[in-house]
Amino acid sequence: MKFSRLIFANLFRKKARLILTIGSFAIALVLFTFLAVVKSAFSRGTEIAGADRLVVVSRIGLMQLLPISDRDKILAIPGVKAVTHNHWFGGVYQDEKNFFPQFVIDPEYQRQVMTELVVPDDQWNNFLKDRQGAIAGARTAARFHWKVGDRIPIKTTLYGGGSSEFNLDGIYHSDRPGGDESQFWLQWKYFDENAPAPVKSTAGWYVVKLNSPDDAVRVAKAIDEKFANSSFETKTETESAFAAGFAKQFGNIELLIVTIGGVVFFTLLLVTGNTMAISVRERTSELAVLKAIGFSGRAVLCFVLAESVIIALFGGFLGLALAYLAIPVIGIALTGLLPPLILSKSLLTLGVGFALFVGAVSGLLPGIGAMRLRVVNALRRV
Amino acid sequence: MIRVDGRSDSQSLIRVRGLNKTYSRGGEKIQVLQGLNLDVDKGDFVAFMGPSGSGKTTLLNLLGGLDVPSAGSITVDGDEITHMAAGKLTQWRARHVGFIFQMYNLIPVLTAFQNVELPLLLTKLSKSERRKHVETALGVVGLTDRMNHYPRQLSGGQEQRVTIARAIVSDPTFLLCDEPTGDLDRKSADEIMLLIDELVGKYNKTILMVTHDPVIAARSHTTLHLDKGVLVEGKTSRESVLAGGAA
Repeated sequence: MKFSRLIFANLFRKKARLILTIGSFAIALVLFTFLAVVKSAFSRGTEIAGADRLVVVSRIGLMQLLPISDRDKILAIPGVKAVTHNHWFGGVYQDEKNFFPQFVIDPEYQRQVMTELVVPDDQWNNFLKDRQGAIAGARTAARFHWKVGDRIPIKTTLYGGGSSEFNLDGIYHSDRPGGDESQFWLQWKYFDENAPAPVKSTAGWYVVKLNSPDDAVRVAKAIDEKFANSSFETKTETESAFAAGFAKQFGNIELLIVTIGGVVFFTLLLVTGNTMAISVRERTSELAVLKAIGFSGRAVLCFVLAESVIIALFGGFLGLALAYLAIPVIGIALTGLLPPLILSKSLLTLGVGFALFVGAVSGLLPGIGAMRLRVVNALRRV
Repeated sequence: MIRVDGRSDSQSLIRVRGLNKTYSRGGEKIQVLQGLNLDVDKGDFVAFMGPSGSGKTTLLNLLGGLDVPSAGSITVDGDEITHMAAGKLTQWRARHVGFIFQMYNLIPVLTAFQNVELPLLLTKLSKSERRKHVETALGVVGLTDRMNHYPRQLSGGQEQRVTIARAIVSDPTFLLCDEPTGDLDRKSADEIMLLIDELVGKYNKTILMVTHDPVIAARSHTTLHLDKGVLVEGKTSRESVLAGGAA
């Protein structure tokens, strides 16, 4: 602590430079955090996927439908606890920019399979009784200021097109942090009655709940074997593998984000490293005097490292605070284009770690230079 | 008693024997010091003179443990410093040597008080003990009322006084002064020399000083000339000045 005055005095020696360096750190941290949040949003599906769930789609592709009769066949396979099915509705609420995913669901098994998506019992019972009923995720309901009892008009271009109005019977919440609360559920029976002939008695995909996650490989194989050589061959995979494959449809987001993040990292490293190098070079004679009067080379290295780490922490915390404020606003602006953007505690911790790492690395080379400084040579330069 | 013949058998405070220093420059070897001997007792005040490049500052750096000799030995108060490891030598400097530089070399972002306190940060003294020592040192150099001033708020003479306070605050075994008045006008230089005289006379400090100025050198007990890498003992400094020549 007795050295803190010396460290802080040196830190505030050039205030404009300090502010600019902290500013560049903060901006870089905002960008880093935003990229990390986007990456996390795309991979969240795999992170929160149920380990005991499988997704069954057509072997041809996700848009190819499967017969509804497959449900009972899947249910009969040993190890299967429950099966539910979904359809992609693809509707538009008021304007195309108001995107949110709409699924036609199987009310009978939905709650047994998707246990983490919680609907209050009274609301669920109302939904079961209401053919035109709908359940909305809390995030979507909040986004459009919906409340239970509202009539929600949805226009779809799929399945023959047309407009329908649905009664909002309930709102679901996810009991898992970062869970998807953006979906809008519709009744399969109502959908099936109004669907054109090729779509009748079909499902977009099945979600299978297993007795045990250990059965996943065996059951997946059994399902695909069951429908092999039929008109509707299937491809069954774990929910996390399905989510990862779905995210890949957007392109190699991870590579893109890691590349941009790498550029941010090295640019920040160069900026901060250069600042520290200039700062050390400017006070060569002072560092030489410190060493002459008895400060060890290691102590001088620690002073330089402490300065760069303090700059990094100031900039880092400022950047994270800005990101904390900005990301919810950006998330709302990008609703429909990106999955929900959530700045979690782990990402904040990662941001602090990133700042500390960059601070330490950028101070290391100038610090080692200061540590190895020969007093005699440095004083001769004065 | 200062001797340069290497025959002193007394227990000198500083004892230098057969000191050599050779630099390599562009493949050429330049011998700056050649078998130099020196004995300095406690309370001595010695000035080193000589032309530029004669090795005065090199000798001072070697005596202060800032540089290592090519050959020979330096013993200070019983410690042979020529073979000390770098870390130990750093600790030794903190304990035994006070440096006074021509360009003051104060830390501009620290006040006079904080600059003087720097060597004490390496000790185990408490904050209040450090304050007491710093105030005493600043009192010796007459700058108690300027302790909260930054170097830029002080004159050159005052800055050099702060440097002297920093050099004496940890009560080192000896002081090394490299052209302490070289950057000052005559009046300020006289004030600094009065202060150095006081450190020797009143506080019995041992001082080794490099200077180009024969008038400044005349304030010392003995002036030694560096000539072709060896020290030449002459008259005492006062005798030289009274005789009208540069010592």
